[in-house]
Amino acid sequence: MAYSDKVVDHFNNPRNVGSFKKDEEGVGTGIVGAPECGDVMKLQIKVQNDTIVDAKFKTFGCGSAIASSSLATEWLKGKTVEDAAKIKNTDIVQELNLPPVKIHCSVLAEDAIKAALNDYKKKQGPQSDGQS
Amino acid sequence: MKFPIYLDYHSTTPVDPRVLETMLPYFTEKFGNAASRNHAFGWEAEEAVEHARQQIAHIINADSKEIVFTSGATESNNLALKGIVEMYREKGDHIIISSTEHRSVLDTAKALETKRGVKVTYLPVDKQGMVNPDDVRAALTDKTVLISIMLANNEIGTINPMADIGKIAKEKGVLLHCDATQGVGKIPVDVQKMGIDLLSCTAHKLYGPKGIGVLYVRKKAPRVRLAPLIDGGGHERGMRSGTLAVPLIVGFGKAVELCEQEMASESAKLSALRDRLHTSITGALEEVYLNGHPTQRLPHNLNLSFAFVEGESLLMGMKEIALSSGSACTSATLEPSYVLKALGVGADLAHSSIRFGLGRFTTEEEIDYTAKRMIETVTKLREMSPLYEMSKEGIDLKSVQWAAH
Repeated sequence: MAYSDKVVDHFNNPRNVGSFKKDEEGVGTGIVGAPECGDVMKLQIKVQNDTIVDAKFKTFGCGSAIASSSLATEWLKGKTVEDAAKIKNTDIVQELNLPPVKIHCSVLAEDAIKAALNDYKKKQGPQSDGQS
Repeated sequence: MKFPIYLDYHSTTPVDPRVLETMLPYFTEKFGNAASRNHAFGWEAEEAVEHARQQIAHIINADSKEIVFTSGATESNNLALKGIVEMYREKGDHIIISSTEHRSVLDTAKALETKRGVKVTYLPVDKQGMVNPDDVRAALTDKTVLISIMLANNEIGTINPMADIGKIAKEKGVLLHCDATQGVGKIPVDVQKMGIDLLSCTAHKLYGPKGIGVLYVRKKAPRVRLAPLIDGGGHERGMRSGTLAVPLIVGFGKAVELCEQEMASESAKLSALRDRLHTSITGALEEVYLNGHPTQRLPHNLNLSFAFVEGESLLMGMKEIALSSGSACTSATLEPSYVLKALGVGADLAHSSIRFGLGRFTTEEEIDYTAKRMIETVTKLREMSPLYEMSKEGIDLKSVQWAAH
């Protein structure tokens, strides 16, 4: 399969690979996917004053899955929690020029963002919305 | 070293220059139709075809009259299954195949099942990919008209005990077809000793041209008959009409002859290189699993699963090497390899599998480079893998409640 230059770039030079401690103050963690399906994404955000100051990922999956999560961490940094929730899988598809067969990779990335945000909100206390 | 490195010889092989040289005159000055009985052009073509027939018959210990030319192994498999079912439909409506057959056998059997109401038994294989002859015996009924078992698997290289299966088929008087596409020219094949009645193979897997295959159809003890798929001028004893592709046939014959001459030295060289690749990789990386049989396997095949990394990303990380993966992401269906699944390999490890296919032009330098790049890429991707991280933290991945998607 021919990849877009952007997918290749993210795959060869992934941004923000790594992990935060899950119990660290302001950290939200989302793990989505399943090994049987061939992709698992772990996406983490670090929030200060309602702004995402740092993001990290680790992904088991194909090149498009790795690129989608790498791009997601780039986009998350600097966004408010509210704006981060607005990132859509279709934005990722467009930016990376993903073919139809790889759209599920972008869906997984959106799910990972949502899961990380929910985890963060849950840790902030009961007044936050914990549902997706 | 020349890039990209080709390690996908199970998929196809380049035409050996000696084969090409033999073929060339048959495109131009020796262009006759082998069916033209009335002039020198035809005789010349016919003689060349008969010579190739003998070369091919020889390598499987058959008679040249038992060789039917087709367009390739897919057609041969179709012709064997459909042709036998059609011809022997009054005798019965049951066939037996293994669950790791090539798609051209599996899908043909499925088509016969749905369109013709044929009953198909899909035999399981053991953890190393081998068919148990006792399972073949147990599956036979008085309505069984054909057993079709592959000689060697195209993904994992496991070689089936054909002689044992052939003995059972003979005992019960049931025809045995063998898809020997991956085996002919690589390992000894003997249709007499193995009790094979029909055998498929193709030129492009053994350094011959694409577009030409063979179905061996036994003529004596028993005399096998088949209904043709293609009607026309009655070529190939009426089993496969159509003007013979003389240059391709000449190439097929030469390719087989070279394979036969060089089989012993070539398989020794390739299995040594294959083992070198295997030990270099497993010496440097943990959690690498061999798929297939440790000894009963094609000398040029290696199939490994690299836990915690996905196959397509591995291939993407080492683009300068042509390899193949059992990962879903490399297939159009988004399903991981059904062959590995049949072995009981978990879907997670099936997604992590890489097939190395070595061949005539593979060098030690290429193997050492591949091992080095494999180790680098797996290490890099494991650093990025949440599964590797969890496993290092002592989490049992099987105990995690994953959300399948």
